[in-house]
Amino acid sequence: MTPHPTTPALPLGDDALILSHRLGEWAGNAPVLEEEVALANIALDLLGQARILLSLAGDEDELAYLREERHFRNVQLVEQPNGDFAHTIARQLYFSTYQELLYDHLATTDTPLTPLAGKAVKETAYHRDHATQWTLRLGDGTDESHTRMQRALDALWRFTGELFDPVDGLDDVPWQTLRDEWTTRITSTLERATLTVPEGPRHGAWTAGGGRQGLHTEPFGRLLAEMQHLHRSHPGATW
Amino acid sequence: MTTIAPEDTGQEALFDATIAADERIEPRDWMPDDYRASLVRQIAQHAHSEIIGMQPEANWITRAPSLRRKAILMAKVQDEAGHGLYLYSAAETLGTGRDELLDKLHTGRQKYSSIFNYPTLTWADVGAIGWLVDGAAITNQVPLCRCSYGPYARAMVRICKEESFHQRQGYELLLTLSRGTEAQHAMAQDAIDRWWWPSLMMFGPPDDESAHSAQSMAWKIKRHSNDELRQRFVDICVPQAETLGLTLPDPDLRWNEERGHWDFGPIDWTEFREVLKGNGPCNDERIGRRRRAHQEGAWVREAAAAHAAKHPAHPPHAGTDQEEAAR
Repeated sequence: MTPHPTTPALPLGDDALILSHRLGEWAGNAPVLEEEVALANIALDLLGQARILLSLAGDEDELAYLREERHFRNVQLVEQPNGDFAHTIARQLYFSTYQELLYDHLATTDTPLTPLAGKAVKETAYHRDHATQWTLRLGDGTDESHTRMQRALDALWRFTGELFDPVDGLDDVPWQTLRDEWTTRITSTLERATLTVPEGPRHGAWTAGGGRQGLHTEPFGRLLAEMQHLHRSHPGATW
Repeated sequence: MTTIAPEDTGQEALFDATIAADERIEPRDWMPDDYRASLVRQIAQHAHSEIIGMQPEANWITRAPSLRRKAILMAKVQDEAGHGLYLYSAAETLGTGRDELLDKLHTGRQKYSSIFNYPTLTWADVGAIGWLVDGAAITNQVPLCRCSYGPYARAMVRICKEESFHQRQGYELLLTLSRGTEAQHAMAQDAIDRWWWPSLMMFGPPDDESAHSAQSMAWKIKRHSNDELRQRFVDICVPQAETLGLTLPDPDLRWNEERGHWDFGPIDWTEFREVLKGNGPCNDERIGRRRRAHQEGAWVREAAAAHAAKHPAHPPHAGTDQEEAAR
């Protein structure tokens, strides 16, 4: 395989690709039919973003199906297993809030990603709204849903620090400002949902991070094995 | 037949005249109890088929071999959930509830199409389902766009448009495989071999054994008999298979000059009845997974209800709050 491109389209494309894959696992398993539609809708938006971004970096299928785990640049948050519906919603809330802030910024600056960001930020606003509404329903719903939602937010908290590690090639992004704004928005949503902002470090050598350097969590290898198996079994075939 | 009280005869005459004039019955119109029950049964079974039918295809979402195919497949499975929603809404206009219908599905009191009890063993099955299963569904459903019950007919117009699109995509998937490597061609042929006969069974039992057909046709819910539609489907598929460069697994398939139709071999109705009875290859898995999704989602639905009760004035966010909008 050719050397891996260093464009920032690759890490952002990997984020969208892997989260889309996880959401695709919900098909046929959602708690209500409306969520079958909504989760597939979000997955499709993300897959669309991934295809554009990966195409900016090279051949979309070669990049998706023929790289190994150590060459994927997505953050560890998006590769986390779906868990229960609360875990999926917590992951969506953390990630879509980040993605909306980042794309909002990229849409207004002049980079090769600007046209994509302009389109994607509209989709991402919908994803964030969807996650916010469910966070409110689950947080301020029943005792059980409150407990589950808090547990999910706590469990995924340590994967959020990595979101603000500077991405190579996106040097003009004010990462610290995005991080502060992200924290403000998440705090406000969780307060409205009667939930508590998790405590503990979000970043550090002993917590999560490293996805951007190709260091992933254990479930990721199995995700790739499933995703790539058929494509790799027929080298050179077109589909 | 229900007996009609004297004061109802005017309504019944109006109903009969509406059917005779090929006009639509609407939810507030009087209708015979049996007509209502028959429609609920058919629409519910149709809705259940969309929902259960997501599973064999969703089985391949995470393994789709290219990002383009993955996007097409995800969109298709999403459409199926949407079709289920339209159809449950149409059934609800007849005075039943979605929860009640789902409960009947989960407890085996209402059926879904026999075809979805077959497994998707290779990627080519996704194409075979698009071409054959959606093709058979369209052949069945296009006449329903003129069905006498308005809400059902209108739902079918929307559904048929999307289904035709899916069918073309399935055909194109198979064409790509058929013209691809030897292994891909063999994969496509194997899928057709496994899906052909179950697809023919989708049209239901032969006319002389079909319990509801005569009445449904008199009410103009159905427009053509099972055997008529099955023949129409075979006639469409034979030349399409030739174009694909694939064969249909029926040694008795022959053009009949006299009839102007393709003759085809006997269908294994024993297999059909076994699958309907619950003894097909995937019946237990399909219904088990549906029940599990419903049970595991109970706490989410309860949370949404509790939240809505606490915040009755909570305004739905424009166009995005699908759960609220559906209430």
